[in-house]
Amino acid sequence: MDFNADHFALMGLPRVFRIDAAALDARYRELQAEVHPDRFAHAADAERRLSLQWATKANEAYQTLKKPLPRARYLLHLLGHDIGAENNTAMPVDFLMEQMEWREGVAEARAARDHHELEHLHHRLRERMKASYAELAALIDDAGDHATAADRVRRLMFLEKLLAEIDEAIAAVEE
Amino acid sequence: MALLQIAEPGESTAPHQHRLAVGIDLGTTNSLVATVRSGLTVVLNDELGRSLLPSVVHYAADGSVEVGYEPQSRQSADPKNTIVSVKRFMGRGRNDIAHVESLPYDFVDAPGMVRLRTVAGVKSPVEVSAEILKALRARAESALGGELVGAVITVPAYFDDAQRQATKDAAKLAGINVLRLLNEPTAAAIAYGLDNAAEGIYAVYDLGGGTFDISILRLSKGVFEVLAAGGDSALGGDDFDHRIFCWVIEQSKLRPLSSGDARLLLTRAREAKEYLTCHSEAPITARLSTGEMVDLTLTTAIFNEITQTLVAKTIQPIKKALRDAGLSATEVKGVVMVGGATRMPQIQRAVGEFFRQEPLTNLDPDKVVALGAATQANLLAGNRAAGDDWLLLDVIPLSLGLETMGGLVEKVIPRNSTIPAARAQEFTTFKDGQTAMAIHVVQGERELVDDCRSLARFELRGIPPMVAGAARIRVTFQVDADGLLSVAAREQTSGVEASVTVKPSYGLSDDEIAGMLKDSMAHAKDDAFRRALKEAQVEAQRLIEAVQAALHGDGELLSDEERGRIDKAITQLQAAALGENRRQITLAMDDLEAETKDFAARRMDKSIRRAFAGRTVDEVEKATTGGSQA
Repeated sequence: MDFNADHFALMGLPRVFRIDAAALDARYRELQAEVHPDRFAHAADAERRLSLQWATKANEAYQTLKKPLPRARYLLHLLGHDIGAENNTAMPVDFLMEQMEWREGVAEARAARDHHELEHLHHRLRERMKASYAELAALIDDAGDHATAADRVRRLMFLEKLLAEIDEAIAAVEE
Repeated sequence: MALLQIAEPGESTAPHQHRLAVGIDLGTTNSLVATVRSGLTVVLNDELGRSLLPSVVHYAADGSVEVGYEPQSRQSADPKNTIVSVKRFMGRGRNDIAHVESLPYDFVDAPGMVRLRTVAGVKSPVEVSAEILKALRARAESALGGELVGAVITVPAYFDDAQRQATKDAAKLAGINVLRLLNEPTAAAIAYGLDNAAEGIYAVYDLGGGTFDISILRLSKGVFEVLAAGGDSALGGDDFDHRIFCWVIEQSKLRPLSSGDARLLLTRAREAKEYLTCHSEAPITARLSTGEMVDLTLTTAIFNEITQTLVAKTIQPIKKALRDAGLSATEVKGVVMVGGATRMPQIQRAVGEFFRQEPLTNLDPDKVVALGAATQANLLAGNRAAGDDWLLLDVIPLSLGLETMGGLVEKVIPRNSTIPAARAQEFTTFKDGQTAMAIHVVQGERELVDDCRSLARFELRGIPPMVAGAARIRVTFQVDADGLLSVAAREQTSGVEASVTVKPSYGLSDDEIAGMLKDSMAHAKDDAFRRALKEAQVEAQRLIEAVQAALHGDGELLSDEERGRIDKAITQLQAAALGENRRQITLAMDDLEAETKDFAARRMDKSIRRAFAGRTVDEVEKATTGGSQA
């Protein structure tokens, strides 16, 4: 195995969005069982360094592939479509309007300490994201439309951030 | 034909040769040492059969040091020179310490970590902790009849980088080879999980003398995977004592106390707290040096009332950890209780109500951490037996980041990342011709630098003058398996580099450690030169054994010529280690390391291939190239 192998290769998975999550889990554990620093605690320095590097790489690969958003970004990057989040933030107006509505809803519920409403927003957004990820999977794996997929990834980045904000508001209200 | 011997990497060549390794629970109130002996994990007792060692250190004017029960029982006689709960000061500045005004010590606010002025000189918390570790090491070596190969030392999961580094420094000062810093709740989970063959989601609620940790783990097929960790590194049983102490002062309308009286009342407060574990009321009586008498009765109801905010303070981090793990309380299969403070009934009740289940208390909450650490130490030292192939995947508790423009924090490695972890981030210059860049490393969850803990500052200099925004400075964070961070910065176009192991601002510098080592040796009338030589010889032996184990397992990966060169380097190192020239030993070690570098890479490659075992090469190739034909 080449240290520069990509995450899919390291995890023995085909380069697709719809991965076999159980296979990823199993492979990650097999790999860590071999390379983890705990296996090399009394080894010579050179081996300990290598173990640290490989275990770090295995963690990075696993974290990237486990969650759908980083997996999609990474896969599209391998396929030659960088998301370029910083330089390409021009989003359609209707999408941005919708984002503003969501955000106002969250801010209001947070100010009113309306736990129930925040939970409701959380679930509505979750449903919405589930549909978006299904669409993304079809665009990448079935249609091979990587340009549209990249656009959907950018939208999902907004939605993930929004979800984190809702969760943070829920936490703040609970305190 | 000789029988084929299969040695796993990490396994000793001579399986019968048991390496002495221990697990140490370096607690705020009490410390313990445990080991695996003839397949059984046991706590090592002192000569009087006591398992705990009170984490209390007394310094006398003649420079002699006492640790444990003796100084604990006499603490109110000489409070200024009797250091208790030193763990609360590890890696901490004076401003970080709670109730600092009610502590009887003479603090010296040194940069980074606070120091204590004693009759035997100014002491760092690292030195005080080292005394406790030395006592435990002596106990272990006399019980086991030999020198230790190393130890696993536990730390609260919520300890930050400075606190971890301070703990590791203390071990170094005590002459202990640290095999791993292990998070306390994780250690408890190992002890509990292996004992009960547990599978599923478990929470470990660990309330010690001075720290609180909550960890959420998934136990599955021998893998202990920490999903989230949270806590409060300044909340523990001591705080419950302090609440009682304040209540006593208020009720008795006492005048400002002498430090001896304060210590006396704190002791009475602790006794009352412990008494209330199985009684509904506790008497508190004391005669102070002023002649005033304290005679009160503390009921369970009052105790619950004055400590309810403390109990509530432990529930908040549980909610956060569950949220981080993406789980709800009902998905938790069992809650393991750890730490002496979890004996308090109101704690058990609150935790039971939150998780809607009886917490698990079948393991001694004082010993479970040390037992888990001993199991891990045994494995790390290479004493692996069949069935010992479990794996531990732990996380960092707090996010690591960098200061950016306007005093904001840019998170580089988020909390709850599985370790070891690394991440690189690119930055650029903001002024034309800028030739240096200040790098400020912080730890914490808040957005403003001032609200996070400052870990280190360093500068990358020698950047060639360019227009603003043209330089590409790559800052790499690496967190190792002990949860310790090192940071490197490199300007990509010119290759200018700077790196730092995160120590300066909150830990001790290497020079300071060397100085302390020298002081402690001068005291023991030891010979510094002898000790350094001895250490080099032990290191050399460790390296030789490691290489021999590797040769034994994977010798076939080498050509005859390569093997010859390695054998020669071993022989040379063996010869050097017999001599008295420390420099020669170091050089011979460097040679052997250099000769085995390629070998190490090949062995690692073999290990990784083994992880593919069970699949055909074809399958893997297909998976690897799949999708890239476009």
